[in-house]
Amino acid sequence: MGFRSKILISKSINMNNYDKSMSLSNPHPPFVDSQQKLAATLGSIGLLMMVLAFAGYSYSNVGWMLTLSCLMLSTGIIWYALRAYYHKIPGIKNDGVWFSSIAARGVLGWISGIVITGFYILLYWYPNMLGQSSGADAANTGLIALFDPLSFLIKGQAASQWFVYGTLYTMAILLFGFKFILKYRHNKYQIVRTISVMFFQLGFAFLLPEFFQAMNEPYYNFANMWPLNYYFFDDYNMNTYTGGTNFGLIMILWGLAMVFIISPILTYLYGKRWYCSWVCGCGGLAETAGDSFRHLSDKSTKAWKIERWMIHGVLLFSFLMTAAVLSTYFNNNSGQWVSKNLFLVIMIAVISFIIGFVLWRKHDIAKSGKNIPMFIIGSVGIVGLLVLFSHVMGYFVLSAGSLRSVYGFLIGSAFSGVVGVGFYPLMGSRVWCRFGCPMAAILGLQQKFFSRFRITTNGGQCISCGNCSTYCEMGIDVRAYAQKGQNIVRASCVGCGVCSAVCPRGVLKLENGSSDIHTKTDLMRTIHISEDEVKILS
Amino acid sequence: MHIVIIGNGISGVTAARWVRKLSEHKITIISSETEYFYSRTALMYIYMGHMRQQDTQPYEPWFWAKNRIELLHKHVDSVAFEAKELSFSDGSSLAFDKLIIATGSKSNKFGWPGQDLNGVGGLYHIQDLERMNKYSHGLQKAVIVGGGLIGIEMAEMFNSRKIPVTMLVREESYWNNVLPTEESAMINKHIKKHHIDLRLGVNLQEITSDDNGNANGIIIKETGEKIDCGFVGLTAGVSPNIQFLKDSGLETGRGILVDKFLETNIKDVYAIGDCAEQRSPMSGRRGVEAIWYTGRMMGETVAYNVCDKAVSYDPGIWFNSAKFLDIEYQVYGNIQAKPPENHGALYWQHQTENKSIRIVYDVENMEVLGFNLMGIRYRHEVCEKWIKERTPIESVLKNLSLANFDPEFYEDYETELVFLYNSIHGANLKLEKKRKWDFVRKFLSQKV
Ligand SMILES: Cc1cc2nc3c(=O)[nH]c(=O)nc-3n(C[C@H](O)[C@H](O)[C@H](O)COP(=O)(O)OP(=O)(O)OC[C@H]3O[C@@H](n4cnc5c(N)ncnc54)[C@H](O)[C@@H]3O)c2cc1C
Ligand code: SF4
Ligand code: SF4
Repeated sequence: MGFRSKILISKSINMNNYDKSMSLSNPHPPFVDSQQKLAATLGSIGLLMMVLAFAGYSYSNVGWMLTLSCLMLSTGIIWYALRAYYHKIPGIKNDGVWFSSIAARGVLGWISGIVITGFYILLYWYPNMLGQSSGADAANTGLIALFDPLSFLIKGQAASQWFVYGTLYTMAILLFGFKFILKYRHNKYQIVRTISVMFFQLGFAFLLPEFFQAMNEPYYNFANMWPLNYYFFDDYNMNTYTGGTNFGLIMILWGLAMVFIISPILTYLYGKRWYCSWVCGCGGLAETAGDSFRHLSDKSTKAWKIERWMIHGVLLFSFLMTAAVLSTYFNNNSGQWVSKNLFLVIMIAVISFIIGFVLWRKHDIAKSGKNIPMFIIGSVGIVGLLVLFSHVMGYFVLSAGSLRSVYGFLIGSAFSGVVGVGFYPLMGSRVWCRFGCPMAAILGLQQKFFSRFRITTNGGQCISCGNCSTYCEMGIDVRAYAQKGQNIVRASCVGCGVCSAVCPRGVLKLENGSSDIHTKTDLMRTIHISEDEVKILS
Repeated sequence: MHIVIIGNGISGVTAARWVRKLSEHKITIISSETEYFYSRTALMYIYMGHMRQQDTQPYEPWFWAKNRIELLHKHVDSVAFEAKELSFSDGSSLAFDKLIIATGSKSNKFGWPGQDLNGVGGLYHIQDLERMNKYSHGLQKAVIVGGGLIGIEMAEMFNSRKIPVTMLVREESYWNNVLPTEESAMINKHIKKHHIDLRLGVNLQEITSDDNGNANGIIIKETGEKIDCGFVGLTAGVSPNIQFLKDSGLETGRGILVDKFLETNIKDVYAIGDCAEQRSPMSGRRGVEAIWYTGRMMGETVAYNVCDKAVSYDPGIWFNSAKFLDIEYQVYGNIQAKPPENHGALYWQHQTENKSIRIVYDVENMEVLGFNLMGIRYRHEVCEKWIKERTPIESVLKNLSLANFDPEFYEDYETELVFLYNSIHGANLKLEKKRKWDFVRKFLSQKV
C-alpha cells in the first residue's frame, strides 16, 4: 500500500507535466488544488519514513515512528480523497483520466509499475533486503523492524515480511476503499460492495488469521479458498490442520465446504461477483487501490482469446498440481483419516461426475457456440485421471513436490503478486484476476453455464458511446453486446457494476434470474426488426 | 451489385452491417470525417478525458475487412445520378448500383454577425472537437449559444476543464420546448449548481472580434450586455447536411425527401439518418428526427429495401435518453412540454435528490401514454409494451416495479407513486413487488 499511496501522491505533485498525448493534445486544467497538494505532501512524508527504514535508517523509537508514519499516510490519503470528491456534486468522476500521466501509462505510470514490481520481487524472493531476520535468534532490521511493534501488539511476535505486507495491503484496501466510496457515493450498490471487501479484508484476511496465530492455532483465512489458496492441500498445511486441535479439522472441513458447497450455491444465485468483487482480497485491492487503473485493461478480441487460453491453462495446471500433491499426502500419511486409495476413488468419482455432467449439458454448451471451456473442463478431467492413474502405477514422471514448487513460483508468486499488482498501472487492475486466477476460472465457468447472473441491456437505449467497455476492468467489450440489445453473459465478469454506473443512458443492470438460465444470451430484440418478424411487403 | 453508402455514422454503418447479413453485395462506405466509424454521441467524453478517440469506435479495425466492407476516407463533391457515379474532391470517381445517402447533420448558424470568426463553432464533427480543444488552452471564458442537448454537453465539457461558461438560452427555461415545466426547472437548478452561468430568455445579437479576426466577446440582444470570451459555441440545433446535393435532381425539403421505404425520388437512391426527411411521417412524429436511434432503425430498414425485400420504416413508440450533467433522463412514448387537454399526468419528484417520475395518460380512457424519468432508470421493453397495449394507468401502477431498472439496492419509489395516485384519486391500489427479472420476463412474454 505504501506504494499505492506513492502513486497518488506523485500524481498530484506532477500534475502539470503531462506527457500523454492520446487523441487530443493535453489540456492543463487544475485538477488538483492546493489542499490536495498539501495532503499529498503529508502522505509522502509518511511514506518516506518507511522508505528511509527500508534504506537502512534506524529509528530510535520505532513504535512512535511507525504510528506517525501510518498516521501521516492515512491522513494524507483521506484528506486527498475528501478534497477530490466530497465537495463535488455526486456523479461520475472520470474527468481527465486519460490525460493523467499516472493513470494513462505516462512516465509516472511506468515508474510506479516498475517500483511496485520491484517491491514484490523483494517481498517474495529477497525478503532479507526488506529487513526480514535471517534466523530464529536474529532480529528484524529495516522496513520489517519498523512493523515489529504492531506485530507484538497484535500477536506477541516479531513481524515477518508477510505481516508487513498484510498490514500495508489492508491499509490500502481500507483507505482507497474510503476514496472509492466517496467517488461513488451516489451509487448504493458500489457503497455496499466496497464496505463488504473492506470488511472481509480487515476481519477475515488480516485480523482473524493473526489472532489465530496469537492463540497458537494455524493461520487461516475463512474467506480464502482453493484453488486461489493453492497451498491448502499441501503436506505441511494439511498436517498443521490435522495434527493439532479440533480447530484445525474445522478449518479443513470449512475449506472443503467452501469449494464444493458454498461457492457453487452462491455462484448459482449471484454469479462470481459474490466472491470476486465482494469478498476476495485480490479483488478487493483491485477495486479500491486499483480503481484508478481499471480503464487500462485491453478490450480487444485478441486479448479475450489470450485470456481464455491462459486462465484455463492455469486452472488445468493448478488442478494437476493439487491432485499430485494430495495423492502424495495420502501416500505419506496412509494411516490418516482418509487412505490414499479412498482419496483416489473419491477424486476419480468427482472428476467423472464433472465430465459426465458436462457431457450431459453439452447440448446447451454447443448451442451457445463456446466450446473452449468445454474442452478445458474435459481435458482437466481426462488429464487429471491420467495423472492419478499414472501415479498409482508409479509412472509419474514429475514429482508432486517439483510440480508444486513450479506452480508456487510461477503462479503463486510471479503471476498473482509481481505481475498481478505490479502491472496495475500498465495493464489495469485485474491482470491476475483476468489472465491467471484459477478460482476466477472455476467461478467463471459456473457463472457462464450454471448461474442466474447476467447483465441486462435496456432495450434499444444504447448509444454505443463506449464508457462501459472502457471502464470494465476485466476488459469485456460490454458495448458489443449492449448495442445489439443483447445481455452480457461473460465468464470473466466480476460484477463490479461499474459499467452500469458509468453508462450515461441507463442501459445496464446486474440481475439474477432463474427462469432463463440457458437462454440468457439470446437476443432480446435486435435493433428494430428481428429477422423472423420481417414481413415481405411486395 | 455495388452498394455505396455516403457517411460512416450510425445509420450508414448499420445499413452496411445489415446489407452484409442479408446479401453478398459489394459494399463501400465513404466518409471524409474519420477513417473508422466512431460514436458521435461520445464526442464530449473524448474532450473530458473519459475516453480516447479509439475507445469511441464500436468496432475494431479488422471488423471491416472481415465483413468485406470497404472504407473510403474521401469527400464526395457531387453525385451524377443518371450516370450512377460519385465524384470526389480529389478528382477521382466511383460507380454505384445503389446509393445510400447518410450524410448526417451540420450545426445551425442563423446568420449572426461574427458567426464565422476564429474561435466560433458548433459541436458535431470530430474537427469541431479539435477546434474546441485548440481554443481551450488558457481560455478564460466560453459562451454557448443555444440550450439544447448539445449545448449542455458543451457546457459540461468546458466545466470539466474549469473554464467558466455562460449559456445563452432563448427559452424561458432550459429545453422547455421538450421537457415539461417541472423537469425543465430541475435542470435549470442543476446547471446553476455546477456554476454554469445560465441566461434564460436571451438571444445572441452579435459576436465581436479583435483585429485578427478572433472572437473576443458577444453581445446579448435583449440587454445589450457584452460578455468577453475567447470561444463561442454555436449549439442552436442541427440541420441536414445536404448542400452538396442541391440542384442535383434529388428532391429535398429540410432534408432529403424519402418514402416509407426510405427511397428518394430517384430510383435506387436512398437516404437515411439525420439527413433524411419522411414525406409522410407517422402520426405524432416529425419528418426529420436527428437522433441516434432513428438513424440505427433506418439503417436496418434500408438494408432490407436495397436487398429487394420491401420493408417500410416503422420507428415504433418514441424513446430517447440523455444526461444533463449528473442527471440521467429517459423518455418513452408521448410526453408533451405543453400537454394537450386530454393528457393527464401523475408526477412525483424526490424531495431532495434530482429524481422524478412522470406518467402521462389519456384522461378520457385512462390509458397510459408515456413515461418521463429524471435520475431513475426504467425498462424500455416494459414501458413500450404498456404504451403499445394501451394499458390502463391503474394496472401500470400496480405493476410499476416491473419497469424499474435502477441498480440493486437502490431506493424503491414505486410505492410513493402508487400512494400519490391513491391520495389524488381516492383509489386503493396496492403495489405488487415485482422488480425481479423473472417477473419481467414473464410479463414481456405475455401476449395480449
Ligand atoms: C455532441 C452530440 C451528442 C449527441 N448525443 C446524442 C444522444 O445522446 N442521443 C441521440 O439519440 N442522439 C445524439 N446525437 C445525435 C446523433 O449523434 C445523430 O443523430 C447521429 O449521429 C446521426 O447519424 P448519421 O449516421 O445520420 O450521420 P452522421 O453521424 O453525421 O454521419 C455522417 C457522416 O457522413 C460524413 N459526410 C457528410 N457529407 C459527406 C460527403 N459529402 N463526403 C464524405 N463524407 C460525408 C460526415 O462527415 C459524417 O462523418 C448527438 C449528436 C452530437 C453532435
Ligand atoms: S462487465 Fe461490468 S460488472 Fe462485469 S466486470 Fe466489467 S464493468 Fe464490472
Ligand atoms: S455506456 Fe451505456 S450507452 Fe455507452 S456503450 Fe455502454 S451500454 Fe451503450
